[in-house]
Amino acid sequence: MTELSLNILDIAENSVRAGAKNIRIAVEEDTAADTLTITVEDDGCGMNEELLKSVQDPFTTTRTTRRVGLGIPLFQEAAQATGGYLTIQSEVGKGTRICAVFGLSHIDRMPLGDIASTIATLIQCNSDREWLYRYTVDGRSFTLDTREMREMLGGVPLNEPDIVCWIREFVTQNTKEIDGGNSV
Amino acid sequence: MISIEELKAMRDQMQSTLDMRNDNKQTRIVVGMATCGIAAGARPVLQALTEEVATRKLTDVMVTQTGCIGICRLEPIVEVFEGDVKTTYVKMTPEKARQVVASHIVNHQVVTEYTIGANE
Repeated sequence: MTELSLNILDIAENSVRAGAKNIRIAVEEDTAADTLTITVEDDGCGMNEELLKSVQDPFTTTRTTRRVGLGIPLFQEAAQATGGYLTIQSEVGKGTRICAVFGLSHIDRMPLGDIASTIATLIQCNSDREWLYRYTVDGRSFTLDTREMREMLGGVPLNEPDIVCWIREFVTQNTKEIDGGNSV
Repeated sequence: MISIEELKAMRDQMQSTLDMRNDNKQTRIVVGMATCGIAAGARPVLQALTEEVATRKLTDVMVTQTGCIGICRLEPIVEVFEGDVKTTYVKMTPEKARQVVASHIVNHQVVTEYTIGANE
């Protein structure tokens, strides 16, 4: 992976496969603490203790087409390379919360990259779930909530190509407003 | 700040055309989006396909994702489903994806050189 938004796309797909109805993604920059915190939280099936212990091991996967799963190990490695860490909390039947903390100014921190495409892609390909995305820089933030979108759209589906393009534009423009064009 | 209120105007514009559509779209374009696909560049491929379908107003085409197709070394992989017929494109890029929409979807000419058959 070359940018953190690709890790987010990958990790959030785990939530979809876990049968989550609601998925929350938060990206928060704190310049005083020099941290970039990425959280993916869902109400999917959760993991039992055994799977939870082994999930950071690349040779663990629930997939049946092959026997390695690199999503979480790659994300964890990216965080650790910046002096950060990754934590996973999960409970069977309740959901999973993955939180990765990065050293914001660390030279080895990958850029966040095209987060607008990640959010647009997730909603486009999983328009039957509810997504909440929040981007925060030092307390200033904006939110995209698919529940609010559905209210505005009446019966128009979220995965209509025109709507998907609007989502990308919405996240791109509002990200610029919040970070003043100093993208991380 | 862009306001979410903009969607109301889009809804009013789109509802007239949407009402005439079938629930089941004729053509499905599917992109492999597991870890392997994402790492190989599937996201910009999906984005290019979506933009192309939107700007050409191809109302009977759906763009979506699938998981790991099982041949990770050929990712990004794009599958086009038209009824019972499936065409598999491999090692895709945004440029190739735009070409597939123009040639295959619009003009019904399969881009043979990008298919799995031409690459194996």
